[in-house]
Amino acid sequence: MSRIGVFTCHCGENIGATVDCAKVAECTRSVPGVVHSVDYKYMCSDPGQTMIKEAIKEHGLTGVVVAACSPRMHEPTFRAAVAQAGLNPYLCEMANLREHCSWVHEKGEVTTEKAADLVRVMVEKVKHNQPLHPIKVPVTKRALVLGGGIAGIQAALDIADAGHQVVLVEKSPSIGGHMSQLSETFPTLDCSQCILTPRMVEAARHPNITLMTYSELEKLEGFIGNFKATIRRKARKIDEKLCTGCGLCIQKCPQKKIKDEFNEGLGNRTAIYVPFPQAVPNKPVIDTANCTFFKAGKCKVCEKMCPTGAIRYEQEDELVTLEVGALVLATGFKVMRTDKFPEYGYGQDPDILDGLQFERLASASGPTLGAMKRPSDGKEPETVVFLACSGSRDRSKGVPYCSKICCMYTAKHAMLYRHKVHHGKAVVFYMDIRSGGKDYDEFVRRAIEEDDVQYVRGRVSRIYRDGDKLVVKGADTLQGGAPVEVRADMVVLATAVQSQDGSEELAQKLHVSYDPYHFFAESHPKLKPVETNTAGIYLAGACQAPRDIPETVAQASGAAAKVAALFARDELTREPVVAVVNRLPAPQFSYCVGCFLCQSACPYQAIEQEEIKGRDGSVLKVVAKVNAGLCQGCGTCVATCRTKAIDIQGFSNEQIFAELMTL
Amino acid sequence: MRMGYYPGCSLLGSSREFDESVRAVAAALDLDLVQVPDWNCCGASSAHVLDAKLAAALPARILAQAAEAGLDEVLAPCAACYNRLVSAQQALAKNPAFAEEIAGITGAPAATRVRVLNVLEVLDRLRDTIQARVKTPFGRKVACYYGCLLVRPPRVVAFDRPEDPRSMDLLAEAAGAVPLPWSHKTECCGASFSVTRTDIVAKLSGRVLDAAVKAGAEAVLVACPMCQSNLDMRRPEINAHLGRELDIPVLYITQALGLALDLDPEKLGLHRHMVPAMPARA
Ligand SMILES: Cc1cc2nc3c(=O)[nH]c(=O)nc-3n(C[C@H](O)[C@H](O)[C@H](O)COP(=O)(O)OP(=O)(O)OC[C@H]3O[C@@H](n4cnc5c(N)ncnc54)[C@H](O)[C@@H]3O)c2cc1C
Ligand code: SF4
Ligand code: SF4
Repeated sequence: MSRIGVFTCHCGENIGATVDCAKVAECTRSVPGVVHSVDYKYMCSDPGQTMIKEAIKEHGLTGVVVAACSPRMHEPTFRAAVAQAGLNPYLCEMANLREHCSWVHEKGEVTTEKAADLVRVMVEKVKHNQPLHPIKVPVTKRALVLGGGIAGIQAALDIADAGHQVVLVEKSPSIGGHMSQLSETFPTLDCSQCILTPRMVEAARHPNITLMTYSELEKLEGFIGNFKATIRRKARKIDEKLCTGCGLCIQKCPQKKIKDEFNEGLGNRTAIYVPFPQAVPNKPVIDTANCTFFKAGKCKVCEKMCPTGAIRYEQEDELVTLEVGALVLATGFKVMRTDKFPEYGYGQDPDILDGLQFERLASASGPTLGAMKRPSDGKEPETVVFLACSGSRDRSKGVPYCSKICCMYTAKHAMLYRHKVHHGKAVVFYMDIRSGGKDYDEFVRRAIEEDDVQYVRGRVSRIYRDGDKLVVKGADTLQGGAPVEVRADMVVLATAVQSQDGSEELAQKLHVSYDPYHFFAESHPKLKPVETNTAGIYLAGACQAPRDIPETVAQASGAAAKVAALFARDELTREPVVAVVNRLPAPQFSYCVGCFLCQSACPYQAIEQEEIKGRDGSVLKVVAKVNAGLCQGCGTCVATCRTKAIDIQGFSNEQIFAELMTL
Repeated sequence: MRMGYYPGCSLLGSSREFDESVRAVAAALDLDLVQVPDWNCCGASSAHVLDAKLAAALPARILAQAAEAGLDEVLAPCAACYNRLVSAQQALAKNPAFAEEIAGITGAPAATRVRVLNVLEVLDRLRDTIQARVKTPFGRKVACYYGCLLVRPPRVVAFDRPEDPRSMDLLAEAAGAVPLPWSHKTECCGASFSVTRTDIVAKLSGRVLDAAVKAGAEAVLVACPMCQSNLDMRRPEINAHLGRELDIPVLYITQALGLALDLDPEKLGLHRHMVPAMPARA
């Protein structure tokens, strides 16, 4: 026989001003099974909790109903109090008299009656409650970091320094990401490579970090603390152990005219190549799509040149599976290409560049070794026009959001140009300047005031070639929209920052959400900025939104801190409010008929198949089984199950019906 | 194929050769053009800046006439007529109360279902037929000039790309010409100053022609009567402004197609141009 205690709370004025709490306690007293019913001003306070604990002992309660505020707020409080009195915490339920009654109705008798009804409903539910026990899952203390840009490198180093194993997976042949392509960086104008390459080397040398470059995630299974990742290690066509990185193969490769990705097409590379001299690891890959041997079956010059015999034409991709406990997504961004802008010269004119191309042109390690030479004829440009917001904040043709970094890098580009060509003229067309950040506005002012960069507020309508010059036609909106025409030698478009290619597929593979522009979505825009909606998967850097380096690094460290906090525990406890498939004695075993409709319905891939075997090992029945680690207790499977074989613990059919029948 | 035809005022006046060449090419392509009965002026040059109701009512009546004549599609060769007809139709479709008010003025319900087409849109559909029937390829390097109005604004004219249109280039190619990539495809010729400020026309149209010539064009192709008259009729002013004698001819796309289809140059109105544009027959 149940012995239920009911504790009605006034929540100060919140409930007490509208509901007659004493009366609720009074009428609940006579409900069958209720042996104790009281009201009190603040149940959540220490005296209130003590009342509950003492009543449990004094009356030998088998269940508790606290009629108070939202369970979101205080269910853990009251469950903890109940547990302290030696009762299973899941035998405590709350009736929400605040949001469900006092806040939404006028003061009056009917309101009090409704409150009493809500309490009765929970009393009937509690009578059917079963003790539940938290689920414990072990944690694999190894993290997987996807993407080897500055975000991934920073996150990997921080996790590794916290003493945990990290696998850093990068799809291109070297880590470094876009930052390795940059010349100098705002707002300090320090050389990007100089601050990045030591970190790259550190990541490669760290005893806790395993570097997997030229690799991609193929598949991810499992759940927080217990993921299983399958990684494809693409064939470099060399034996990394034998290769010493001497580069002899590269010097002699006859395929020399392949557009160089690292230099954004401004230079050429060979078919066997390292993306850039400071690459980590400094081992080449063969680009089979462009290699003479793979295309025509002849050549093998690199094999002949290699002093260590490291070339392996027959090498195949390799699949590696790894157990990991957490994942950091740091796959970065791309920039919109200039061919999006037909009115700006179709992306065909060699002297119309995007921001990353300009970075390469200005970089000491770039195709011109940092000399300002325009791509068409190598002449030093006398006038350069920079266009901010090319495709950003542009609903009609581009993307509506602000790309955030371009105001700053455009100021930087104009400055770098002026530092290299002292007599040159730099003109920036902008909509407005967004330079919020430490020392950022000062940086833009410096471009304008010290480096004489001419800022024109207005958009450009058209750019076309007129002989040796590019004619840039725009308007100056600070002068009443007066037409402005600049005859330039080179134009740099600060094109929109976009999500990395393939991020939609990757998000689907990992079951993380993404926004309309395919940037990965955080769990909460303010309070959970580095978490995703999938527990155990965190975000770092520009894969989430346009970001500069300081912000990227800060966020990467934030993600790493989350991972370290997770790995600080040996086991994770989870709420036991998950689905279960019922089990019955033989010959039925379960109502489950093995249709597996639930499997396709479950949004978290939590339903597995389980074979029930006879003594002789033969399979008697295949039924559904819930992986408690993955289940989020959403109840979709319960609604789908045709034989009613699945229940959510704590919300069984029996409990819900008991609630309904009370009304 | 049967299709309604709205010539508008300019095609019967200053741009007769456009009307002539459209009709000639249509006939050669088995396109049956049925003139909208009792049509009126669309109000293009000034109505829309003076009176929103008038600007809607004039096109509304034309479309209602077309609907009554059982025409589902109407070709409006003039870029300005086309723009006014489509804009007014969209304004009426979006605002039923306004449509009702206008219907009270015109005495006929808004013909929202009649589809208005520009000349490139119609020819684009017939491109394969054109290519198949070309007899004398129009083997010249051409600069296709769309002007600022024909394919814009994009939210009204859902046809071709607003900044870098291609339809005329593809037609020219079908006729055996070599369309050139060039910079001033959609720049303004100064149409609204055609009569009042010829100095502005000379400057703007001058830039267009200059760019076409610099790109290596032997002819400019157009599909708008205002563009044509500015580039052709204002040539003395243009040349004076540029300080250079440009003798590049300006043909309607329909004239170029007509020549490729071996139609009689007289029937295409080629003798009417100010800058001689008679075909150089090989
Ligand atoms: C023109 C330009 C100039 C800039 N100048 C500055 C500046 O001066 N100062 C500043 O603070 N910021 C600057 N930035 C911004 C800076 O580049 C970014 O903040 C920074 O690169 C973001 O780092 P990230 O690691 O998030 O992304 P990325 O640098 O894009 O790195 C992502 C990495 O992930 C890899 N990857 C992608 N997908 C996968 C996958 N599926 N699996 C495995 N690996 C994958 C990529 O190959 C890449 O290596 C500039 C940006 C641009 C475009
Ligand atoms: S085999 Fe391929 S990679 Fe090697 S040298 Fe020849 S072309 Fe270059
Ligand atoms: S020659 Fe051999 S050892 Fe030297 S970089 Fe090439 S593959 Fe490596």
